[in-house]
Amino acid sequence: MPEPRKAKLAVWKFASCDGCQLSLLDCEDELLELAGAVEIAHFLEASRATVRGPYDLSLVEGSITNSHDAERIQKIRRQSKSLVTIGACATAGGIQALRNFAKVDDFIATVYAHPTYIEALAKSTPIHDHVRVDFELRGCPIDRRQLLEVLGAFLNGRRPNIPAYSECFECKRRGTVCVMVARGTPCLGPVTQAGCGNLCPPHQRGCYGCFGPMETPNTASLSGWFGSAGADQAKIRDLYRSFNAAAAPFRRESERHD
Amino acid sequence: MTSRHPNTQHKSVIDADGLQSLIGVLRDEGYQVIAPRASDDAMVLGQVNGIEDLPVGVRDEQDGGHYRLVPGGGRALFEYGPGPQGWKRYLYPPEERLWRARRHGESFTIEEDSQSTDKYAFLGVRACDLRAMEVQDKVFDREPQGDPRYVARRKNAFVVAVNCARAGGTCFCVSMASGPRAKDGFDVSLTELIDDDRHVFLAEAGSKKGVELLERIDRRPASDTEMSRADAIVSQTAESMGREMIADAEHVLARNLESDHWETVADRCLTCGNCTLVCPTCFCTTVEDVTDLSGAIAERWRKWDSCYSMDFSYIHGGSIRREGAARYRQWIAHKLSFWHEQFGISGCVGCGRCITWCPVGIDITEEARTLRDGEKDL
Repeated sequence: MPEPRKAKLAVWKFASCDGCQLSLLDCEDELLELAGAVEIAHFLEASRATVRGPYDLSLVEGSITNSHDAERIQKIRRQSKSLVTIGACATAGGIQALRNFAKVDDFIATVYAHPTYIEALAKSTPIHDHVRVDFELRGCPIDRRQLLEVLGAFLNGRRPNIPAYSECFECKRRGTVCVMVARGTPCLGPVTQAGCGNLCPPHQRGCYGCFGPMETPNTASLSGWFGSAGADQAKIRDLYRSFNAAAAPFRRESERHD
Repeated sequence: MTSRHPNTQHKSVIDADGLQSLIGVLRDEGYQVIAPRASDDAMVLGQVNGIEDLPVGVRDEQDGGHYRLVPGGGRALFEYGPGPQGWKRYLYPPEERLWRARRHGESFTIEEDSQSTDKYAFLGVRACDLRAMEVQDKVFDREPQGDPRYVARRKNAFVVAVNCARAGGTCFCVSMASGPRAKDGFDVSLTELIDDDRHVFLAEAGSKKGVELLERIDRRPASDTEMSRADAIVSQTAESMGREMIADAEHVLARNLESDHWETVADRCLTCGNCTLVCPTCFCTTVEDVTDLSGAIAERWRKWDSCYSMDFSYIHGGSIRREGAARYRQWIAHKLSFWHEQFGISGCVGCGRCITWCPVGIDITEEARTLRDGEKDL
């Protein structure tokens, strides 16, 4: 029997910092196994050598911020059997979506002395605003164990175990003491999707919301808590306005405090 | 695990050195001694090697969504109430692999993980948590749907209870008839007695294992004064409960499933799941099957889940409890009402953890009372 054809994997970059792609290279122990399981056909951060499409799986990092990329993502979608977005930029617009709350021309005028060649859309938008997405992997950056889980699920034809409940689950399973209750520290954990591996609260820091809104976020109730803990309107707004500022539940909540 | 042994003739008195040897003897017997330790701003369960690892003169301040450790000013070792974690994290760990399978060409073999040989001695278990173990025994120690891993750990465990000398701000064990006195379910119980010139513990054996342990450490018979002193301490704790559960919560909840009040709670409820994860009796888990990249190895993991997650009620077509109101109702109604039908006991032990560790301080006693008072208005 001939060897079954290996799945062709492509990794694409849009407006982003490359940190999520780097998570793939960070899979040091599993990298050889991954290279054995798939044909890495297009991954410019790892190799200049590329193989033409179509691709079985495309991992897409970054948000859409200019008209060129808005066209490019359509081509990638057409060449991809499955398309998985990775990271807060691709799934929610990223930190660069802060511009969605202001005028992009003002930023351009501030940053560039000669903005002649700068072409930017008014908003930074997630990939699912442009094309059909088969799965969204959250995080800023993504968690490499979750990435391996998604890849393993894809290769074995099963549903990935990527829960959408709150980060509080990770704190409680790990035995991390709640920073809100025991310290009065503002924390986005109750409205944020689990998955980071419980990075901040074990170090007595509130959750920054890197993994975006959990499945049923009650941001209004949490903001009430922030207020009673002494946060003013601007502080409450800014808590929601970071890596996932444009994710709808966080965007709406921050706008309530504008 | 401990059989009922109401014999009180084994009451004796040990001092701090006696407690030190008690820990030492347990360790010599191969137990991992687990006790609350002051760490990360709370009383967190962890391994102790001797009394030097126990918190000295530390109290807790507990209220809805509020927990602080504060100096108690004295020498007491057990002056605080229930901490953020129940003992279930040792008897029924948050994440546990059930088995792994290995592919060999066209066939596969299953490697079941061996039964637990963990041998824990729990030091400082309060009456509410003894009740919680009893409640979880009813869930896990039965055929055919019991859990052999839980049962093995529970049978291997040695329980040193402590009678509470202070009621926490969110405690309501009196109204759940579960405390503050440790009545049974322990191997040894301790009541801390502190005077100007002495610091001792009234020790009582609650099982054969407990008798044998106490025989191995320095002690003297308790005097009548010491025994009545210990009784007075526990009575004083009972009189200063922070909270109270309404009478007949079982039927109040059952009558109010269509109350408008659920929406009011849902406005505050974060559906974060914290109440279920800190509850010492909540036992729900999810099972995840994972594979490696090559598909050569598959594993089945069991993890703590919660009725607050959408996946928990996911059946064909979607989740059946989509609204926060439905999920809060499910939790409190199961805990206080349906649990009776299912296991012949309340699922609530009055420890107050769900009140303290709810970030927005939703209070199970208050919600039950509001539902009952709403009936009066009809």
